[in-house]
Amino acid sequence: MAQNFKGRGAPGRKWILTAPALTIILAAAAGPLLIVVVYSFLTPGAYGGVTWKFSWDSWVKVLFERDLFSDELTLATSNLTIFARSIWLALVTTIITLLAGFPTAYFIATRPRTRRDLWLLLITIPFWTNLVIRTFAIQDIIRQEGLLNTALIKLGMVSEPLQILYTDTAVLIGMVYVYLPLMVLPVYASLEKLDSRLLEAASDLYARPRSVLWNVILPSSRSGLIAGSTLVFIPAISTYVTPIMLGGGKRLMMGNYIELLFGQGKDWPYGSAVSIVLMTIVMAALLIYARAGGPKGGAHG
Amino acid sequence: MAKKFSVTRQRGFNTIALVTFFCLYAPLLILVVLAFNAGLSSADWQGFSTKWFWSAMENPQVVDASILSLQLAFTSALISTAVAIPAAIAMTRTAPYKGWMFQYALISLPLMVPEIVTAVALLIVVAAIKSWTGYIGLGYLIIAHTAFCIPFAYLPIRARLETMDINLEAAASDLYARPFEAFLHITLPQLLPGVLAGFMLAFVISLDDVVITEFVKSPGQDTLPTYMLGQLRRTVTPEINAISAIFLLLSIIVVTVFFILQSSGRRKQ
Repeated sequence: MAQNFKGRGAPGRKWILTAPALTIILAAAAGPLLIVVVYSFLTPGAYGGVTWKFSWDSWVKVLFERDLFSDELTLATSNLTIFARSIWLALVTTIITLLAGFPTAYFIATRPRTRRDLWLLLITIPFWTNLVIRTFAIQDIIRQEGLLNTALIKLGMVSEPLQILYTDTAVLIGMVYVYLPLMVLPVYASLEKLDSRLLEAASDLYARPRSVLWNVILPSSRSGLIAGSTLVFIPAISTYVTPIMLGGGKRLMMGNYIELLFGQGKDWPYGSAVSIVLMTIVMAALLIYARAGGPKGGAHG
Repeated sequence: MAKKFSVTRQRGFNTIALVTFFCLYAPLLILVVLAFNAGLSSADWQGFSTKWFWSAMENPQVVDASILSLQLAFTSALISTAVAIPAAIAMTRTAPYKGWMFQYALISLPLMVPEIVTAVALLIVVAAIKSWTGYIGLGYLIIAHTAFCIPFAYLPIRARLETMDINLEAAASDLYARPFEAFLHITLPQLLPGVLAGFMLAFVISLDDVVITEFVKSPGQDTLPTYMLGQLRRTVTPEINAISAIFLLLSIIVVTVFFILQSSGRRKQ
């Protein structure tokens, strides 16, 4: 009967009902993205913008540098360094959040049911706090005269303040701090579904806790681990705010490089090409995620 | 029911978890404490004072940015929720149809594309429209925010629709209620927690945004996050801490209300 009800309504109605939402997204997200693709094949204008002349140059520039005098192409090491740095920092962020996030999610999942919601709320609050504020909180602590350095000096552990701010370490600390909740929540979701009888069985058969962890818990929470890793990796690789505030604007990541190309660089086609490279990396990560079970993949993947 | 989990107590996990919670909250706590510093910088504590809160509230830039942020968040949340409701209904209360996947992909697009890419894409389009029409109002920010808020408004509404009792609607329609009447009297009241959750998510997401706003805004259209980002590139006074503390309080209230809504929704099922 419910099925009958579901079948009602003219087919056109589904498009009318979705039209307002789809129009807005087409106008302010999908459409502009297509324009970025088009722009990456155009020639840069003198003062930013483009001139409408087809050119492969931007795409060549993604990988190669043209020598000013001999016109020879060499690998564009400065770009590739930025790409590699971004991927590397995003990967390390993912690994650290995994190492801290999994035990945290496990901790929450093993609390009495009535108290889990409270612990989850504690994970959720920082997540919904403004990104700029959270990054500022980190900046305030690790700056030269900040609390961390003051404490280290008072304790006699270092003689002069450590330069943490404006280094890769600072960017890493900031990203781990900001994206950690994105790891904990999906991992918790898959751990919560875990059948505790499995664990009891393993334990009854004299499996040690660590071997239960490796052979039962980790494999069956695989979908959550993959979801968490994807959710952390994607914003980490496309981060923009963290490197500005903690990396001092010198340690560029892809997001900042794109801004630079659109701003001071005044090379919109090239900036568009780099944007598409970034988007491709993100889509590849999503694809891996979808292949490995996706959002609806069972807990016993 | 709470099952005995102690059989698989993992050594060290509780410690790591508690350290993690500590690391999550210590920076925020310090941030708030330093907002009450009478001194000029976070480095030297000059005693307790609320003067930075007053100075923030008297700073016209902060006031303007806050008003703009709230206006923008409210408008985009309202529009995105309003368009997400019919979309969610069309896409759940129906047999599978051609184009569903396309619609779904489009709605979740803002979730998948990196913000910085959307930001420069919008920069290109907005720059072109600005030079054609000369319009430099808030419209650009509203439509940009609405677009990336739609998936966040859509998801809780859809989740609610999927767990709702469809038989009530079927009954209403068997009793000759017109589709719109059935929607108004049966579907909407049941859907309300989902709608509220969607609205609040969208509101927070809009309030949180800095990247897209930074690229789309016209001069003088700073929201609180872009204002703060601009200030943080200079030397900062505890005024920034004070603004952050107020913002933090707001987030805590919104998240807690959202959480209560969600869990009461779950309990009713």
